[in-house]
Amino acid sequence: MEISITVNGEDYRRDVEPRLLLVHLLRDKLRLTGTHWGCDTSNCGVCVVLLDGVPVKSCTVLAVMASGRQVRTVEGLERSDGLDPVQQGFIDRHGLQCGFCTSGMMMTARWLLDHNPDPSEREIREAISGQVCRCTGYENIVRSVRRAAELEAGS
Amino acid sequence: MQVPAQFEYERASSVEHAIALLARHGPEARVLAGGHSLIPMMKLRLAEPETLIDINDLSELAEIEVQGDELCIGAMARHADLLASEVAGSHYPILHDAEHVIADPVVRNRGTVGGSVCQADPSEDLSAAFAAIQATAVIQGADGTRTVSMREFFTGPYDTVVGPAELLVQLRVPIHPDGGSAYVKVERRVGDWPVAAVGAALRLGRRNKITDAGIGMTAVGAAHFVAAEAEAYLRGKPATEEHFAKAGEIAAAHCNPSADQRGPVDYKRHLAGELTRRALRGAAERAMARAV
Amino acid sequence: MTATQIPARVPTPTPTPVGYGSIPRKEDARFVRGRGSFVDDVQLPGMLYGAVLRSPYAHARIVSVDISAAEVHPKVRAVITGDMLDKRGMAWMPTLFGDVQAVLATDKVRFQGQEVAFVVAEDHYAARDALSLIEVEYEPLPALVDAKLALAPDAPLIRDDLDGRTDNHVFDWSAGNKAATDDAFATADVVAECEILYPRVHPAPMETCGAIASLDRVSGKLTVYATSQAPHAHRTMYAQVTGLPEHKIQIIAGDIGGGFGNKVAIYPAYVCAIVGSILTGCPVKWTEDRSENLMSTAFARDFHMHGEIAATSDGKILALRANVLADLGAFNGTAQPTKFPAGFFHMFTGSYDIAAAHCEVRSVHTNKAPGGVAYSCSFRIAEASYLLERMVDVLAHDLGMDPAQLRMRNLLRPEQFPYTCATGWEYDSGDYPTTLRLALEMAGYDELRREQAARREGGGDAPLMGIGLSFFTEAVGAGPRKMMDILGLGMADGAELRLHPTGKAVLRLSCMSQGQGHATTFAQIVSQELGISPDDIEVVEGDTDQTPFGLGTYGSRSTAVSGGAAVVVARKVRDRARIVAAAMLEALPDDLEWAEGRWQVKGVPSTGKAIAEIATAAHSGLELPEGVEGHLDATTVYNPPNLTYPYGAYVCVVDVDPGTGQVKVRRFVAVDDCGVRINPMIVEGQIHGGLADGVGMALMELMAFDANGNHLGASFMDYLLPTSMECPSWELGQTVSPSPHHPIGAKGIGESATVGSPAAVVNAVLDAIGVRHADMPLTPAHVWRAMQGRALRTDVALE
Repeated sequence: MEISITVNGEDYRRDVEPRLLLVHLLRDKLRLTGTHWGCDTSNCGVCVVLLDGVPVKSCTVLAVMASGRQVRTVEGLERSDGLDPVQQGFIDRHGLQCGFCTSGMMMTARWLLDHNPDPSEREIREAISGQVCRCTGYENIVRSVRRAAELEAGS
Repeated sequence: MQVPAQFEYERASSVEHAIALLARHGPEARVLAGGHSLIPMMKLRLAEPETLIDINDLSELAEIEVQGDELCIGAMARHADLLASEVAGSHYPILHDAEHVIADPVVRNRGTVGGSVCQADPSEDLSAAFAAIQATAVIQGADGTRTVSMREFFTGPYDTVVGPAELLVQLRVPIHPDGGSAYVKVERRVGDWPVAAVGAALRLGRRNKITDAGIGMTAVGAAHFVAAEAEAYLRGKPATEEHFAKAGEIAAAHCNPSADQRGPVDYKRHLAGELTRRALRGAAERAMARAV
Repeated sequence: MTATQIPARVPTPTPTPVGYGSIPRKEDARFVRGRGSFVDDVQLPGMLYGAVLRSPYAHARIVSVDISAAEVHPKVRAVITGDMLDKRGMAWMPTLFGDVQAVLATDKVRFQGQEVAFVVAEDHYAARDALSLIEVEYEPLPALVDAKLALAPDAPLIRDDLDGRTDNHVFDWSAGNKAATDDAFATADVVAECEILYPRVHPAPMETCGAIASLDRVSGKLTVYATSQAPHAHRTMYAQVTGLPEHKIQIIAGDIGGGFGNKVAIYPAYVCAIVGSILTGCPVKWTEDRSENLMSTAFARDFHMHGEIAATSDGKILALRANVLADLGAFNGTAQPTKFPAGFFHMFTGSYDIAAAHCEVRSVHTNKAPGGVAYSCSFRIAEASYLLERMVDVLAHDLGMDPAQLRMRNLLRPEQFPYTCATGWEYDSGDYPTTLRLALEMAGYDELRREQAARREGGGDAPLMGIGLSFFTEAVGAGPRKMMDILGLGMADGAELRLHPTGKAVLRLSCMSQGQGHATTFAQIVSQELGISPDDIEVVEGDTDQTPFGLGTYGSRSTAVSGGAAVVVARKVRDRARIVAAAMLEALPDDLEWAEGRWQVKGVPSTGKAIAEIATAAHSGLELPEGVEGHLDATTVYNPPNLTYPYGAYVCVVDVDPGTGQVKVRRFVAVDDCGVRINPMIVEGQIHGGLADGVGMALMELMAFDANGNHLGASFMDYLLPTSMECPSWELGQTVSPSPHHPIGAKGIGESATVGSPAAVVNAVLDAIGVRHADMPLTPAHVWRAMQGRALRTDVALE
């Protein structure tokens, strides 16, 4: 069926099977491969994108459910004047190693800072608690989000 | 990655439209709310519905508000909405306790209250919470609405009284100014299903006498998610640690847990008692705090 | 790394400083923009998609496989069965340890999730749909799940594919001095014994395994994009399996979303993708789902251990004994040096001065997936270290001694290095007591013990507090060629360094980053040696057509071996530069000195020539001495003289809810000594990740099996990984004992924390509840049962 969807500000129309998962629409049809997948059971969170501004696990959303809605992915983080503070925070505080969970972590971090510009360590840990990282032990992800908050406060 | 089998998709524009679509597509149609129970089952091909009827546009079902002396929670309220609802938390902190430990924050952005209870998973947290606070389900069909106590809502694992052409539209809970409630859960890890969990709601009269007690239990094989014998024991007794402990023993004796990798039977039974005691303690403390 | 580096939009005002230090990673620019290149991101023209049909049974005879309905699915292009592969001589493939493994089952299935058929279709969804159209008739056989029953007379025979095989025994192996050990035990004051299971766990990288095979029918060249920690080893293995000449095979490992040993082996579906490409003439992509990853690819551990420790009554450890039953699963697919069938387990005397030690390892087949050496285990030092660190606590328990005091009493002393342990390993360097003291001091150990005593007096419902220690020694950097090879391929690593005329450099390595930051760390190594900014050094890995031979990244070997190669090759370039600089300065090479990143006439800094200038000159018409070629490029092969021995002291503090058995990790102090740190930020990141692994394994990660061989942890709903909520904020410290034989004194850090941390967590929990031993994972149920004195066997279905 025909869907229309706005991803990172661009409008797309595609004819898709109703069963197509949002993550596959993004990756395979729109070739936005920065959003990854890591499990089948919505437990790992590497597929997190913002749907109408809210973090969701795109492996558990049908593309047809997102029709008529706004999606923002990691490719939509960078701004015309440079990296988003979240991206810069992850670089500055070594918030990523293999880079596979990073997109999802950053999208949730972006949402968190939009709603809570000065999150505590505890609030950051809770926000990302449905997203698994095997490399960092989370410490530097927490520091990265704090760093992003500081960058944002300073700018 | 696992992917669902093929199906047809319809998007409902109103409750009546959703019910009409359900009637038209028959028993092989399923309602699609947040999708966080259904879509994983479909990927595993444990569920292969012929048609999905998407009700995510029905914003009228997402309200959380007080009407008269009842707290009304729309079936399409997301877990995150309920967790964020001050009105729900002020009357029933048990709902915030429970929502705080359901899945994870991102899943809670999508999963819905109605979807969770309609999934009728024997380990569902909200089923125990709503059983404890004696909520009522409002179910709508072509001929209008009917109400069913949440204690009669579940007809078995993964099965409810909601008919094939019906839609759960709302949960209603009576508000008691003399009440307190709490929910406690043991999980192997944050975001996991419960090993066991218990919700309790108490109303206290003079000298902290228990005028009504509701105890909901999940993942321990309690009939209708209720510890009825423990509730009966508590009514009319003072809210003391000793009575809570005894109620826990009764609840543990009457539940029927089964072993899985979350724990053996004896441990789950132990938890049923221990968590009943803790939930009652928490509910009583909150009730007393309101009375002050 | 082959992916394009994307320059930061806002250029850094100053170049990255030369040499070591905590600089941001070169890799990050692409990852934070979602511009990595993981295998599933690759789309080739005309690409088809594969899916694997897997066995629902752990043990069954295959009666028939009917693919007729699948073949006529409109989007299906090929269906491959074991019988079809058999006709091509490809139904079986070699494992990394000299056994064979079924590519697609022909006779029997031997574990749940084993590969039975492979569908190639026009899209991923159709390939999955077609799986349900294949009809397989199985004749179920009794499943052998419990390794302890593998050698019973009535045990079902798993490997009847091998001629003459009559039981499930794989090998017996021993190390150490049995007589001396027996003597020490016979005369010791105290002997402590314990049965300890290191359960079957899984590395579970966030990216699952996958490959794209593309055979060019005109050139005959096979290109395989793959999640490979060892691209060169994979090329050799594919040559063996397919019969294709090795120079016509190119492996391209792009970005890898974590490996941890899961991506060392080649898996049956990779071979199926190759066959699919041969049959269809199109590229074929296959990526596994999470259940396939957990059920069929390299697991880790599964060691049933009996430990014995002999000591004097005042706590001097005299001897150590271990008897191990190793569950290898249905095929022996352990990935480790050939001469070491139980890996490096026999380094089990760890960090202590123990005069006598002896271990015996017996291994068996069961109806489970193959593997065993993975999950940052340092070739089974994970198992050895866990056993020892548990045994030391058991001894402390039996003696009524403080575990910190007992460890301090027995640690190797600095003057004993280089130290040869009772089983023959030669430790290179260390000052263990200083490291332990630092960890105890950072933790505030004495104060913690006082708090614990006060709480114990308090009693009631309050949380029980526990303090756990672990002191581990690792042996990494496999390894010296005379001792170590895999499938006959010696474990030396090549390196090539090219200097462009402007002085920019390309370093080509055989190892393969899976997130460790090689592009940054190795650039820093060359930077330090040549005095040029890391910005000006590109590190290339993963493409076998572009890189020299070597055995890849696992066992914490990259810094120890490829890092050594990078130093040596950079120094070769520097030596060539000296000759060119001498010609530029009209001096003799011997008259020059290397100072502050430049060649200069001794004592005359104004004459200094930087590498960039020298590189330009080396490509120019400058007249060079007779016999000296132009340019500065160099190659090397680094054959490490010994392993390196990183070590560390860990302290964990937990609180246990006595009513529910729930564990909260309150604090974790880790003091690591990995020799010289090239990029301390990256080193600390490696440690953080390993500490989380320890929390995971100690408290939740497990692959248990029921009596029918059903996998009880086959998705992330059941195979639990630690989240941000279970992990505390790690507290790190360091000491630095440079390796005397590594060219820059570095030792490697990738696996230290994964090896060392589980014991600290387990010791803390058991300290809290006052129990001598209980097995991992210490889930609430297991903790509660242990508190009841009825500890559960964790690797089977609970009742």
